[in-house]
Amino acid sequence: MTDRLHTRYLGLDLCSPLVASPSPLTGSLDSLLRLEDSGIGAVVLPSLFEEEAEGEPLLLLDRMEAGAGVVGEAAEYFPDVDLDHLGLDRHLLLVQEASARLSVPVIASLNGTSAGGWVRYARELVGAGARALELNMYDVAADPKRSSADVEAAYLTLVRDVCDSVDVPVAVKLSPFVTSLANFAAQVVAAGAAGLVLFNRFYQPDLDVATLDVTARLELSHPSELRLPLRWIGILRPQLAATSLALTSGVATGTDVAKGLLAGADVVMSTSELLRSGPERVRALSDELLVWMNEGEYTTVDQLRGSVSQGAAADPTAYERAQYQRVLASWRG
Amino acid sequence: MPQSRCVDGNEAAALVAHRLSDVCAIYPITPASPMGELADAWSAAGRPNLWGAVPRVVEMQSEAGAAGTLHGALTKGALATTFTASQGLLLMLPNLYKIAGELTPAVVHVAARALATHALSIFGDHSDVMAARGTGWAMLCASDVQECHDFSLLAHAVTLRTRVPFLHFFDGFRTSHEVARIDLLDDEDLRALVRDEDVLAHRARGLTPERPVLRGTAQNPDVFFQAREASNPFYDAVPDAVQEAMDELAGRTGRAYHLVDYHGAPDAERVVVVMGSAAGALAEAVDSLAAAGERVGVVTVRLYRPFPTQALLAALPPTVRRVAVLDRVKEPGAPAEPLHLDVALAVMSSGRPITVTGGRYGLGSKEFTPRDAAAVFSDLAREDATPRFTVGIVDDVTGLSLPRDPDFAVPATSTQAVFFGLGSDGTVGATKSSVKIIGESTELHAQGYFVYDSKKSGSVTVSHLRFGPTPIRSTYLIDQADFVACHQFSLLERMAVLDVARPGATVLLNAPFPADEVWDRLPREVQQIAVDKGLHLFTVDARAVAREVGLGSRINTVMQPCFFALSGVLPAGDAIDLVKAAVSKTYGRRGRSVVERNHAAIDRALDAMHEVALGTVTSTSSMRHELPTAAPDFVRDVTALMLAGKGDLLPVSALPVDGTFPTATARWEKRGLADEIPVWDPSLCIDCGKCAIVCPHAAIRMKAYPPEALAALGESGEVLLSKPVVGRDLPTGSLLTVQVAPDDCTGCGICVDICPARSKTVAKHKAIDLMPAAEHREIERPRYEAFLALPEIDRSAVRHETVKGSQLLQPLFEFSGACSGCGETPYLKLLTQLFGDRMIVANATGCSSIYGGNLPTTPWSANAAGRGPAWSNSLFEDNAEFGLGMRLAADAQRAEARSLAAALAPAVGSELVEALLAEPDLQDEVGVARQRELVADLRASLAGVVGPEADRLASLADAFIPSSVWIVGGDGWAYDIGFGGLDHVLSCGENVNVLVLDTEVYSNTGGQASKSTPRGATAKFASDGKGTRKKDLGLLAQAYGDVYVAQIALGANETQTVRSLLEAAAHDGPSLVIAYSTCIAHGIEMSTSMSHQKKAVASGYWPLYRYHPSPEAGTHPFSLDSKAPSIPLSEFRDSETRFAVLARTDPERAAALDRLAQADVDERWHYYEQLGGVERTVPAAEGEQER
Repeated sequence: MTDRLHTRYLGLDLCSPLVASPSPLTGSLDSLLRLEDSGIGAVVLPSLFEEEAEGEPLLLLDRMEAGAGVVGEAAEYFPDVDLDHLGLDRHLLLVQEASARLSVPVIASLNGTSAGGWVRYARELVGAGARALELNMYDVAADPKRSSADVEAAYLTLVRDVCDSVDVPVAVKLSPFVTSLANFAAQVVAAGAAGLVLFNRFYQPDLDVATLDVTARLELSHPSELRLPLRWIGILRPQLAATSLALTSGVATGTDVAKGLLAGADVVMSTSELLRSGPERVRALSDELLVWMNEGEYTTVDQLRGSVSQGAAADPTAYERAQYQRVLASWRG
Repeated sequence: MPQSRCVDGNEAAALVAHRLSDVCAIYPITPASPMGELADAWSAAGRPNLWGAVPRVVEMQSEAGAAGTLHGALTKGALATTFTASQGLLLMLPNLYKIAGELTPAVVHVAARALATHALSIFGDHSDVMAARGTGWAMLCASDVQECHDFSLLAHAVTLRTRVPFLHFFDGFRTSHEVARIDLLDDEDLRALVRDEDVLAHRARGLTPERPVLRGTAQNPDVFFQAREASNPFYDAVPDAVQEAMDELAGRTGRAYHLVDYHGAPDAERVVVVMGSAAGALAEAVDSLAAAGERVGVVTVRLYRPFPTQALLAALPPTVRRVAVLDRVKEPGAPAEPLHLDVALAVMSSGRPITVTGGRYGLGSKEFTPRDAAAVFSDLAREDATPRFTVGIVDDVTGLSLPRDPDFAVPATSTQAVFFGLGSDGTVGATKSSVKIIGESTELHAQGYFVYDSKKSGSVTVSHLRFGPTPIRSTYLIDQADFVACHQFSLLERMAVLDVARPGATVLLNAPFPADEVWDRLPREVQQIAVDKGLHLFTVDARAVAREVGLGSRINTVMQPCFFALSGVLPAGDAIDLVKAAVSKTYGRRGRSVVERNHAAIDRALDAMHEVALGTVTSTSSMRHELPTAAPDFVRDVTALMLAGKGDLLPVSALPVDGTFPTATARWEKRGLADEIPVWDPSLCIDCGKCAIVCPHAAIRMKAYPPEALAALGESGEVLLSKPVVGRDLPTGSLLTVQVAPDDCTGCGICVDICPARSKTVAKHKAIDLMPAAEHREIERPRYEAFLALPEIDRSAVRHETVKGSQLLQPLFEFSGACSGCGETPYLKLLTQLFGDRMIVANATGCSSIYGGNLPTTPWSANAAGRGPAWSNSLFEDNAEFGLGMRLAADAQRAEARSLAAALAPAVGSELVEALLAEPDLQDEVGVARQRELVADLRASLAGVVGPEADRLASLADAFIPSSVWIVGGDGWAYDIGFGGLDHVLSCGENVNVLVLDTEVYSNTGGQASKSTPRGATAKFASDGKGTRKKDLGLLAQAYGDVYVAQIALGANETQTVRSLLEAAAHDGPSLVIAYSTCIAHGIEMSTSMSHQKKAVASGYWPLYRYHPSPEAGTHPFSLDSKAPSIPLSEFRDSETRFAVLARTDPERAAALDRLAQADVDERWHYYEQLGGVERTVPAAEGEQER
């Protein structure tokens, strides 16, 4: 991979601005190595969910001990086996192995549910070798008694607690559903975050009209979803000049990568496109980016990063209301 | 100092056997299964034998297969062993004769168990080993857990020294399952006794083409006899060789054993000779009696074959005048039981003036206590000592039983604690842990023994724990406890928990109430006994603590520290640390959060415990006692005592002489297990019948009836909920009621999960919802009574082939003790709805024979006319043949009846006979009802006819009524041990129906792999994930061409299930229905087990099909009834623990097997699709009978 793609993210030197965000592809050593071979700049491992780390052992224990000690004929119904790859341990093992085998930075992702859990598991992940952490902060603020200020304050406390407890850079993956994102982003940075990832895509409930059940599903992202993070990267870049910014969602082509960089992202993350096309798609995306750079006579990523951010765009207002009008106009046309 | 550990007898034996074997050929059977499981698990984990190799452990299709493999391994010169019991040992007998006849060193470890006679018993006695005493194997009997360990080594060592194979046996359950502290033998001990030269000599005799020999010849009359005698010197050498090894062991360990050991007064006049665990109780009785000046003693026989006559005579003090020999076996018709005969002959040969009597004790794990021992000594003291007797029961028929002194008791030498719990609450596990903590962390000796009832749901467990400074010999249950814990408050209402408490004992209750309310919540009887005995009561709301720390209903780590604190066996701080350490050890491999939450529970337990001051006896609540007066006499007189835990009090005369019991008894139990019960909302119900068809316990019923029927109930009917019937199948205006049996429901929730009818306004509200039983049971009870009083529907008025129609038929299988949410029982219930009043069931041993036929009650039921399934269980391995025999008998009876009727037509009326001979089809409801009337007419006519033919015809009149023989069993039977017979029966062309309840694992014995177990599933005997694919039983059966075969899954397609069963029954030939049966051994959420089956089918894991043979040309007998796989297999497998476990023990292997499993599914589907296009015709010449 050429040095032209070199970038820095969370204080780490990356050979490419393309980063694989959490997905099944970053959940196995085999595909992680394929990503690295294809020129990925860094990998973010699947999120460690505190609920999973805590709950999986208990669930398995319940299932494996079902019927145990009930009848004289069967003391239990499962063999006495060592569950070495359970929940947290399985995840930490992946972090260890990935950190040991990959030369690109391995970033661990964490989704906690309790204040103590965030800090504790953050330390576990760092202890296992993660070069940086990504906090996958998300809960559905459905409690009418909690104000937006309460929710944000709680987030900021968590960011502060985690950043204070680990000695690696911490990125925070933000939800777009914040009333004043620019303000909140600045507060997250002030709380210690070295980087922001825009944005989290969430499982959204769906309804099965046959069974009337509520079902959870996650669709792969659509290229149109690039627009939302693109806007906010563009807006935040000049506001948070020293903060690493990562764009994620809707990145399907090398041109999309270029857009993210132009808006001001230090790295551009891809999940859906890599899941669709396989780890080797990284190389094609890089090539596409290089072709575009060649056409534009850009020599390095550093050169083009943020060159069309709100601070550098010819029309800064386009990142705000005006852009909306133009889209409507183009539709009419 | 030797290392000490608390283990049970099975582990004690396996710890030695595994280290001294190259090959272990195994097969599961209670109570020996744990030995094979341990050997398998150790080998899977790479644990080597004494010589550094990992023993090869192989599961076979039966014990006969295991014995054959054992024989082969031995013949090749390997060190080989197996583990078995009961029927398993019987299946090994042919090979045992061979192995001994060839003077082949081998050891079989036997957890001795009763043989099935008038009934199956999983419990301990010596019937099995005594049946093997003619095989030529030496027999060495261990009396306790330490001896299990030591004698395993003796057996393995001496068999190599003498070339005579050894049966090493010990009492099933009492010893095999007793947890006790033992001193472990280390590798050097094993090496010292198992001499290299003997191992090499054995190996040198192994077959090899380099030094070819011929072994296993056929011999003629000229030499067979002499050759048989040629081995005599080897047997003659055995007793001395055993003693020599015993002495070597004593030299290394200090534990001195002899071929027979005497314990008691040196000048004893009366001696009891015994073998096995009863020696412990006898020794206690002897000590007590001798201390009182009685000249008594006990001889424990350790080497039984070759019988050590001289050692026995030498062990009897010269003063002995009378000997009573106790046998734990019954040999009907023999002059005496085996040990009695042996001892009598030995004494006679000595010429000593000793009177020898003999008696039976302890059959099927009947308790043998010091009180029973004292009764024997007391009888021996009489001038006319009873020559042959029984002890431990009341025989009021033949008067053989000895009277017992109820006041006789031996002083306790240990602290005794009893823990009452439900099987599901972890009480047994916690008590085992406590035994280990005491036995392994203190200088104290400890013993644990566990008693279970026969139910798989709502099972009550009683754990008996003793500890003290001296070795514990008490081989019987505690009846004077210093400490009693009741881990479920509701048990206080159901059973006499505090009867076992000694005066002044400490009692710990787990009560879901504040401490100051507990006294008033106790039933009156409990208050009274607490006051009378001056008990010290303590309470803890263990469930609340468990919930606080995120452990749900797992209360055991709350109760355990409370026990330690109250018993004072350890300083409080030490106890807490040790309980925590035990948790870390037990659960350390099961995830950190499990350990942490249990530690949190332990930390909070003592603060949550409070003393309860004894109050006055004022409670208005009472224990539940009485059965309804409507119950039949037998139920009230006999069954009720068993249900109350007092079956030991029943005299011989109360029991059937031949093991024949009435059916329809489960309905009287009213176990009231459910915390939540389904409640019906008629406004939402769509009459689909799904809730009823999936109910594993027949606790959801459906009836359709005319409004007049409701009116006829009068006031009692007013409580019933009802709705107009949907559709046109039933007369306009008919009403329908769906009703729960509130005291028989286990609350599994499957009905609610499967219910498709949701409220239009609140989707979570369905036509049935689970509601708190405490609030709804009282409401539903009168409704259920009224429901039962409604008339059953006219069987000819509904369409049996529909789900709804089938569910309007009365189930004649109800309220079994199967696991809550069992996947097997709905099939059986459905069968009885379709054919219950005309079916005969041959039931293979297994889960279905236990929940179907284990006393006290049976779910097999009868209708108001007294008709219902007639049921029997023969064995595990022979069920297909058993059922075929029933079919042949029925056909023979029918043929004879037809012949006699034709001959007697002039006497009984030719019109009647002609009508009878027209015989309706099995499923012709009108015809069958008419036929029953004709049979009644025939009987009436025959009453006026004199002569032997008329008598014979009267005895055969029932044969005119069509009957359906159903051969039912699990996959362990059908795929493995019974496959040879099943295959043969299917090949016979006879009209039998086979229903395989396929759980894909040996469920009853605890989840061992069968040939039905799928690739990648973790099971016992496949702890590293089964590597091979599941056997396709249906395809094998189809190969015959004339066998009807269906593969069904009730939860995935109810209609296909009903249709398949009807077609199978209608097929005039053999039929095989393979029914997917969810099981707790799958590790799934059982409340959704039926809807989960949809995924099994949608993923192609369990294709639904029917193979319907036809004599018509050009037909396609095979039809796939499920759609092509629409979801990846992983979507199904990921939700099952049996597959998930492997991903957490060996992810790489799991991934590889997952890929293969998906390929299996794809390949099989492709194959089945092609089968759908195959034309096949059953060739049958017109009028020709295929036989």
